[in-house]
Amino acid sequence: MSDTLAPAPDQPKAAGRSALRSLNFTPRFWVSIVLIVLVALFAFVGDMLYPYGSNQRVGSLFDEPTPQHILGTDNFGYDVVALLMASTRNSLYNGLLAGTIATFLGVFIGILAGYIGGWFEEFLMGVTNIVLAIPAIVVLILISVSIQGTNLQFLKGIIGMSLVIGFTSWPWTARSVRAQASSVATREHIDVAKLSGARTFGILLRDVLPYLASYVVMAWVLQVASAILAESTLSMLGLGPSGTASLGVELHWALAFNAVANRAWWAFLPPTAVLTIISFALLYLQSSLDEVFNPRLRRGKKKNLAKAAERRAEAARRLAAEIEAEVAP
Amino acid sequence: MTETAPAPAGAAAAPVVLAADHVTKQFRVAGGKLTAVDDVSVEFREGQVLAVVGESGSGKSTLARMLLRLLPVTSGAVLYRGRDITRIKGADLRRYWHDVQAVFQDPFASFNQFFTVGHMLRRSLQTADLGGETAEQRIERCLGYVGLKPEDAVYKYPHQLSGGQRQRVMITRALLVDPKVLVADEATSMLDASLRVSVLNVLQDLRRDLGLTVLFITHDIGQACYFADQVVVMEHGQVVEHGPTDDVIFNPQHSYTKRLLADVPNLKGSLKSQRLG
Amino acid sequence: MSEKILMRATNVTAVYAGEEGADVPAVDNVTLEVPEGEILGLAGESGCGKSTLGNALAMIANPPLYVLGGQMEIDGQSIGLTTLGKSANARHRPYRGQVVSMLPQGAMNAISPTLRIRRLVCDVVHAHHKDMPRSEILDRASDRLDMLGMPKRVLDQYAHQLSGGMKQRMVTVISTLLDPHLLIADEPTSALDVSSQKQLIEMLLAMVEAKIMRGVIFITHDLPVLSMVTDRLAIMYAGKIVETGRTEDLVHQARHPYTSALLAAVLDPTEATRTKHVLGIPGAPPNLGHPPTGCRFHPRCAFVKPRCSAAEPAFRDEDGHLVACWWAEANPGVTVPVEVNLA
Repeated sequence: MSDTLAPAPDQPKAAGRSALRSLNFTPRFWVSIVLIVLVALFAFVGDMLYPYGSNQRVGSLFDEPTPQHILGTDNFGYDVVALLMASTRNSLYNGLLAGTIATFLGVFIGILAGYIGGWFEEFLMGVTNIVLAIPAIVVLILISVSIQGTNLQFLKGIIGMSLVIGFTSWPWTARSVRAQASSVATREHIDVAKLSGARTFGILLRDVLPYLASYVVMAWVLQVASAILAESTLSMLGLGPSGTASLGVELHWALAFNAVANRAWWAFLPPTAVLTIISFALLYLQSSLDEVFNPRLRRGKKKNLAKAAERRAEAARRLAAEIEAEVAP
Repeated sequence: MTETAPAPAGAAAAPVVLAADHVTKQFRVAGGKLTAVDDVSVEFREGQVLAVVGESGSGKSTLARMLLRLLPVTSGAVLYRGRDITRIKGADLRRYWHDVQAVFQDPFASFNQFFTVGHMLRRSLQTADLGGETAEQRIERCLGYVGLKPEDAVYKYPHQLSGGQRQRVMITRALLVDPKVLVADEATSMLDASLRVSVLNVLQDLRRDLGLTVLFITHDIGQACYFADQVVVMEHGQVVEHGPTDDVIFNPQHSYTKRLLADVPNLKGSLKSQRLG
Repeated sequence: MSEKILMRATNVTAVYAGEEGADVPAVDNVTLEVPEGEILGLAGESGCGKSTLGNALAMIANPPLYVLGGQMEIDGQSIGLTTLGKSANARHRPYRGQVVSMLPQGAMNAISPTLRIRRLVCDVVHAHHKDMPRSEILDRASDRLDMLGMPKRVLDQYAHQLSGGMKQRMVTVISTLLDPHLLIADEPTSALDVSSQKQLIEMLLAMVEAKIMRGVIFITHDLPVLSMVTDRLAIMYAGKIVETGRTEDLVHQARHPYTSALLAAVLDPTEATRTKHVLGIPGAPPNLGHPPTGCRFHPRCAFVKPRCSAAEPAFRDEDGHLVACWWAEANPGVTVPVEVNLA
């Protein structure tokens, strides 16, 4: 019999479909992806096409925009567009590295705490809460300052900045992953895995993590966005990586040289705009992922919905006609 | 209440496989402790079907999870063939799970939805002694016990199976390692009546053909009546009655058992006519 | 026997929007009546469409469920059940809760844990009568509790302070506070212990006796519960009703092989259960996207004949006991031999 795949109309939401088919890429998702791709193209491909380099002095203090230098020059006489490309690239590197570190740590600690439970969970969450309670910006400032005083060159650059941000911003991810992991840990399939002889590490990797996957992706996107913003904040305060460009460093120098008072808008507006676009795109992506992963928020393609409604109305008409035909004689 | 009921003839000879010895479980809850299982001692004899019957909150599932070593005991001991296994760990515990297996209530939540049935079954065999069979042969043999063929199940994801098939696959999984004891924790309560009897029949056949000891946890005294040899009745974490099925169901001694039996709905007639008459 | 009919629903058809465009019919041209003052049981395996039918009749169908057609006559009013068209929701709203009230499956677990029960009572009534003063609502609720012999202090408690049985009885009382003509209860007893089941059943019977509602449709797969509480039964299979009649007739003189198989699978704690060996129904319920031809039960039926797959049997009326089956047609008045279900 071919009816083994009997659907149960009393429970129409088939809870598990093969992963990819169940994803629902919405217009919101595509808008944010396009924005992110444009920013990435600007940062990574732009400088191959743009005639000026970011460390090439082409003018003097705050030269106004000209056809050759459409956004003028900054306080040191560098081309703002070239600088912007390098800064965006560095800010993206920073966001990816710091966001990945923070997500990895948060997921690791959260999943361990949530799955194992007991005193281990209380210990890990205690640590997490302490880290959360310390004002992050203060810690960031202190670590940044002390890093600038070391002799390790790579720590002074963008990588050092990313490590600092990554290692301080995992707690909230840990907290929310813990809550999710402990609810997955009560599912019967975990008991089944244990009885099948699976080891704790295997269970975490294969029976807990896949259930959190969509959540982890969303957390990662948010972590990337907030890492980029955190770096900009620090750099703008003058605590950023020395000797490298970043969006925050650009803003720092623009402020230091009174770009606002000098009405040199080209020195501070472009980095602000790029920062806004990046964080908007990432936050928008994050909220659209909710729809991508959650079948209940699914909207369906308008055309198909209209077609289905048409078909249903036709079926209803046919039905009414049949009933009438039966009643008539 | 201890072993007051005489063991049925013939069963007395069967050795005790699994036993709970003064087992207690307390949970910490807001504002105190909740005793879910209170000083319970039960013995399971080889080749028998023993039903643990109780309403929600009676502690029957907690007891099962402690016997399965999925939940630590607060006090007392779990004995397997006379050996204290209350605190074994690691490889010892995995070896215990070769002998004692389980099927759970929810035929959907028991599956990892990201794996195919075949993947899930092979995972169970990783640490098993196959005794000359290949993994595929073992899987085919065990699927056969529950009336399934490999092509019905192995390449499918759990959502592609019906509820009854899912529960049969779960029984297959439990049987793969050649267990001596099968714990069925409300394994039939989410199934439709006709599927339920076919799953119960499968368990009955396994007991007959493989000599499996079955520990059947249920809230439904009717199912216990259908195929249990012994019935244990639990209330508020304690065993209130224990004995051969015929004695417990047709001649109950404890007031709780009597009330339970009186409240079970049956096909005999409507309450309405009783109310009016 | 001529009884007054409270509710008569005709030609109800409902579909689920399918994954790949095609709709799956879950209720297929069903006709159903509830006589005044009676409880009708709706039974069948999961996926047979009984809950879907309940939702269609209660006019609470939401996408992906669409009601394509059907007419309900209740208390002199005629209501089109279809949910197609923009005005359907507005058209159905005045009937919900007051003419037909639904007690959905799992309602007792949906009570907000942070609000007292009295608040829930007010919210539910205010959804239908915006202006009714709170004091009047609460007076009414406590009178109702008094009448049914339930403690009034429940109103001041939170959900977690109540047992499962008490919560279920409470949501039942709340959903009937506006004296609906018809109450539709979906699996109200399934999550309860037997003692709570019995209390709920007794309360429902008392409510019908007191004419709080004039009829009940009780949906469950649990035949013993239905046989205790209902006056009539309707058995559904694959989106269609296959047999309906007075409860004692169906239970003791089943005319449809499916009904008989369901009854045989009932395991109650009796001597007979101890000795019988039930076979269960072979196969699985059909895929409703492609139901079998003719009688939908024929691939699993022990009495199958060639014509069962060729044509759909019509209802045969035997003194109010309706059955749609070719075997029943050929053997008028004969109870399905139960032995076919036993080994």
